[in-house]
Amino acid sequence: MNQPVQTESALFDRRTIAEIQRAADEGIYHIRGWGSKRRLPHFDDLVFLGASMSRYPLEGYREKCGTNVTLGTRFAKKPIELEIPITIAGMSFGALSANAKEALGRGASQMGTSTTTGDGGMTPEERSQSRILVYQYLPSRYGMNPDDLRKADAIEVVLGQGAKPGGGGMLLGQKISDRVAEMRTLPKGIDQRSACRHPDWTGPDDLAIKIEELREITDWEKPIYIKIGASRTYYDVKLAVKAGADVIVLDGMQGGTGATQDVFIEHVGIPTLPALRQAVEALQEMGMHRKVQLIISGGIRTGADVAKALAMGADAVSIGMAALFALGCNSPKWQADYEKLGSSAGFFDDYPSGKDPAGISTQDPELAARLDPVEGGRRLANYLRVLTLETQTLARACGKSHVHNLEPEDLAALTIEAAAMAKLPLAGTNWIPGKETF
Amino acid sequence: MIVDLETSTVRELNAALHRLESADETWTVKNPRGAHALAVGLNAPVRVEIMGHAGYYCAGMNQLATVIVEGNCGVGVAENMMSGLVHVKGNASQSAGATSHGGLLIIEGDAAARCGISMKGVDIVVKGSVGHMSAFMGQAGNLVVCGDAGDALGDSIYEARLFVRGRVASLGADCVEKEMRPEHVEWLGEMLERTGCNAKPQEFRRYGSARNLYNFHIDHASSY
Repeated sequence: MNQPVQTESALFDRRTIAEIQRAADEGIYHIRGWGSKRRLPHFDDLVFLGASMSRYPLEGYREKCGTNVTLGTRFAKKPIELEIPITIAGMSFGALSANAKEALGRGASQMGTSTTTGDGGMTPEERSQSRILVYQYLPSRYGMNPDDLRKADAIEVVLGQGAKPGGGGMLLGQKISDRVAEMRTLPKGIDQRSACRHPDWTGPDDLAIKIEELREITDWEKPIYIKIGASRTYYDVKLAVKAGADVIVLDGMQGGTGATQDVFIEHVGIPTLPALRQAVEALQEMGMHRKVQLIISGGIRTGADVAKALAMGADAVSIGMAALFALGCNSPKWQADYEKLGSSAGFFDDYPSGKDPAGISTQDPELAARLDPVEGGRRLANYLRVLTLETQTLARACGKSHVHNLEPEDLAALTIEAAAMAKLPLAGTNWIPGKETF
Repeated sequence: MIVDLETSTVRELNAALHRLESADETWTVKNPRGAHALAVGLNAPVRVEIMGHAGYYCAGMNQLATVIVEGNCGVGVAENMMSGLVHVKGNASQSAGATSHGGLLIIEGDAAARCGISMKGVDIVVKGSVGHMSAFMGQAGNLVVCGDAGDALGDSIYEARLFVRGRVASLGADCVEKEMRPEHVEWLGEMLERTGCNAKPQEFRRYGSARNLYNFHIDHASSY
C-alpha cells in the first residue's frame, strides 16, 4: 500500500516552524545582519533595450564612455568629484573591524570614489586611507566632534537606512571592545542601542536649521547629504530638498545592516526599485533633478544594477553588502569555521555575534587579523573596476557616451510588478501599469 | 571687536570667529535678534558676548571658547560642545547641551525638555527647572538642576550623574535614586560655588543608572 504524499504547508513551512521553535526556546527575537533575503522586485526585473536599427551603439572598447560624477553642487563651496558613480556606504567601526574600514578606504581611493563613516565616529585608519571620506551625522552622535567634521569631505545627515526605516542601531555587547567603548563614550560590553531619532531636531523645518548650523561650522565648504530609508520616499525626498540637502542618499529595503531584528529587515520599508522611481519623480517635480544629486543604495551587486539605477535617474549608487562580499565576507575559504558556527558560506549573517570568520564584522583581534587591509583594498578596487566596466558596456550598447546619458527610455520591465513600481513599460508592450491602459 | 548683526551676517560673524587664534580677544555681538547658529564651531579660547536672544544651536560644537548669552536661547544651545564655557543668562529651549562631550553649560533660568539628552561628558548646571526627558540616554557627565525636573528624568540613562534639588516628576526607564556619597557632595559643592549657585549640595538628590538594561534580557522587554 502506497503512503499518501506528504505535503509541506506553504504557510507553516519548515523554515517558519523552525523559527517559531527557536523563539519558543530562546524567548528573544532574531537579531541578524545582512539585509532582506526574500525575493523582491528588483533591477533583475528590468532589461536594457540595446541599440539596433533605431539606435546607434558606441564601439565597445574604443569609444569613450565617461563615468565621473560631481556631488554637492547646490550650496557647497567644495563639491565632491568622483571618477566613478559608485560609492561605499556608511558602515560603522564597531560593526566592522578597523582593518575592514581601512580596506574600504583603500579600495575606494584606488578607484577615485568615496567611502563613508558610520555610527561610531571616524577612525584614523579610515581617514588616512580614504581620499574622499563622507562623515555621517547620526542620531547617536557617537564620536561626533568638530575636528573630524572639518576633516571630512562631505557630511551625511542620517535619518534612516533601508534595512530599518524608523529604527535605531544595535551593537551587541560582544562587539563593544575597549576601543569601541571609548569612541562611543559607553561602558564596555553593554548591548548598545543607538537612538532612532536625532536629539536636537524633530522635523524638516528644524532640520533646515540644523543643516545651516553644520554649514556654518564648516564655513559652507562641505556638501551636506541627507540619507533616508525608503518608505514614504516621495514626500521624504521633497522635504529633504526643502531642508537644504545638496545630495540625497536613498537606501532601499534591500540595504544591509550590521544588526537588526529580522522582523524589521523583512517587513519595513519599500524595495529599491519603486523608491528610486518615486525619488526621481519628486526631484523632477521640484525642478531639482540633477541639481540635488541622488545616490541610490540597497541591493546593488552588478554593473547591470548600476546602469539600470542610473538609467532610472540616479546620479550615483552606493554599495555596502557587496563591498563586504568583495572583501571576503561569506567566502568559501572559511567554510569550516562557518560550519562550527552552525552556518555556511553564503548564508552567514550573524554579524552581531562578533565571530565573523572572515574577520570583517568583528572586534576580535585574532579574527580581525585575518583581513589584510591592503589585500582587501585591492579586492574591492578590482570589484569596483568590474562594476564600472559592466556599466560602461551597457551604456555603450545603448549608444551613450557617458553613463549619465542612460535614460528610462532605454529600459523595459520583465514583470508587471516591476513595470508598475518602476513606471516602465512591460517588455514588448507600451503598457505601464497604473499609468496607461493595456 | 563689536559685530552688529544689523549690518553683518551670521556667516560673516562665524567665518571671522573661525579665523581667531588669540586667547585674549573679546567679541561682542549686537542685535542677535534670535538668529540661528550664532558663534558655532569656535576653536580658540576667545570670549564672545551675545547681547540679546539667540536662536537654535547657539555655540554649537564649541571648543575652548567662552560664549555668554545675555538673553534666552533656542533649541540645542551648546549642542555637542567639546570644551569651554557657555553661559545663558536667560532660559534655554529644548535639548540644551545635547550630546555634549565636555565643557560647562550654565543656564541661569529654566531649560525645556530633553536638557542634556545623550550627554557625553559635559557638565550642565541649570539654576531653574528642566523639562521632561532630560538626560535621556545620558552617557557621561553631570546634570545639576537647582529647581525641579519633569517627567522621565534620565530615561535609558548610561553613566551620566544627575543632581536635582527640587521635585522630580518621575524617573525614566532604568533611572534610580542613588546615595549621595561624600565624593558627590564634595564635587557638587565645588560646582555650585564655581557657577554661583546659592544652594547647598546636601539639598540635592542624586540619580543615575540602575544598569538593569545594559544587556538585553527578555524579562525587561517592557522597559526597552
